[in-house]
Amino acid sequence: MMTNPDHSENIIEIRDLSYSYGETRVLRDIQLSIHRGDYLAIVGGNGAGKSTLLKIILGLLPIQDGSVRLFGQDIRSFRDWPKIAYVPQKATNFDTNFPATVREVVLMGRFGRRGILRRVIQEDHDAVQESLEQVGMWEYRDRQIGDLSGGQQQRIFIARALAGKPEIVFLDEPTVGVETHVRDEFYALLRKMNERMGLTVVLITHDIEKVGHEAMHVACIDRTLFYHASVDDYFKHTHIIPHPHT
Amino acid sequence: MLEIFQYGFVVRGIEAGLIVGFVAPLIGIFLVLRRYSLIADTLSHISLAGVALGFLLGINPMWTAVGVSVASSLGIERLRTSNRIYGESALALFLSGALALATILLSLGKGFNSNLFNYLFGSIVTVTQGDVYVIAGLALMVVVSIFALYKELIYISFDEESARVSGIPVDRINKILIVLSALTIALSIPVVGVLLIAALIVIPVVAALQLRTSFSRTILFAEVISLFSVISGIFVSFYLNLSTGGTIVLIMLALFAIIFSFRKFSWINSRFTV
Repeated sequence: MMTNPDHSENIIEIRDLSYSYGETRVLRDIQLSIHRGDYLAIVGGNGAGKSTLLKIILGLLPIQDGSVRLFGQDIRSFRDWPKIAYVPQKATNFDTNFPATVREVVLMGRFGRRGILRRVIQEDHDAVQESLEQVGMWEYRDRQIGDLSGGQQQRIFIARALAGKPEIVFLDEPTVGVETHVRDEFYALLRKMNERMGLTVVLITHDIEKVGHEAMHVACIDRTLFYHASVDDYFKHTHIIPHPHT
Repeated sequence: MLEIFQYGFVVRGIEAGLIVGFVAPLIGIFLVLRRYSLIADTLSHISLAGVALGFLLGINPMWTAVGVSVASSLGIERLRTSNRIYGESALALFLSGALALATILLSLGKGFNSNLFNYLFGSIVTVTQGDVYVIAGLALMVVVSIFALYKELIYISFDEESARVSGIPVDRINKILIVLSALTIALSIPVVGVLLIAALIVIPVVAALQLRTSFSRTILFAEVISLFSVISGIFVSFYLNLSTGGTIVLIMLALFAIIFSFRKFSWINSRFTV
């Protein structure tokens, strides 16, 4: 992880990206670059295509039209997935009966980096401790994941993402169904990850009001990208830019 | 020495039972957590068609059961991931299709006899030394594969999407898991029979899950429950002259019921969730 990132470096480049489910086009000609060290919020209403865009960037959906480059490499030949971490929306909606302790869940974040057929080693356990300390949950390491509160579970999922020592973290609607004070703590944690740890953070959300005060940049999506600039500019121009909720 | 060990068939039965009792929960935990429990049931009915084919061709039915269930498991996975049919519907198609095929093959080969009864309900009496070797060999394959893919299987069971993003070849591992399930089921036939295999795979795991503990301890408890049930089931059925498979499964269910009702007591929680 870097502490003083080079903000001019593009780590994700999306060009002319379109995507359809059958006859229904959900993304049209998306152009988007994500720079190292960015804190970007991708904002859009329901059905705006932001989840589809995320799934394409994460390699969960195939490329139909256009191109996606990750760390300078075409996504179809990209193999360096441990550089990319993902906190799914599921973080607040998973099987709470799953038999796993906090430590076991966070250790999963090391598996991609460790590789198949390889056993976990001390380095992995150290990374688990470090990331649990970063989110302030080390003392909960032996608790059952399902016994924690929603906000605590979310921190565990962030720790799992951090444990893999990624360069960029994607979070899908992380604050849905989370109480206000937990949400504020959560945003403070994201800011720390971005500012102090130099991590590139990309947040997918429909909540522009809150995110506007947190992120550096905002990209508004409604099937196509209609706005991408700094947050300050967004609020200056908000009278001419269609609101993403509508 | 206990009277029971003087019989060679009992010793072979115990050997086979211990192997099957050890392997079943290892596969079972991943099937149960992924809501794949029904696959065990489906594959066991499919292996019955394999057994019937063995009768008809005059080959050791364990081999045909292995072949037919492994081939069908790949078919199920393909149909399930095609997105053109619901996962459960794919299982229902295979389950009823296999049973229909089995009855036809059995009627062709005049296989409706006491021999069939052994395969339906298990009969450790008829386990040969050769069977024990086959069971041990297949079990070793399953155990080695599970340990090799252990961490990936945990991740996929917990959060398939994130596992995929982290670069784990999820589709390939899913395919391997279902083939391993097919192998486990085929090798369990002589001990508990086609109709009760699913119980062996599912019940110890479901019982251990009631203890709400870590993943590794859950597997350990499932193993203890499974092995205890198999051994005590063989002893009880020997002395009371009962069906072995049925006795094993009823003991497992009794253990599940005990754990389920005692779970409310905090001393178990505090002891096992540390």
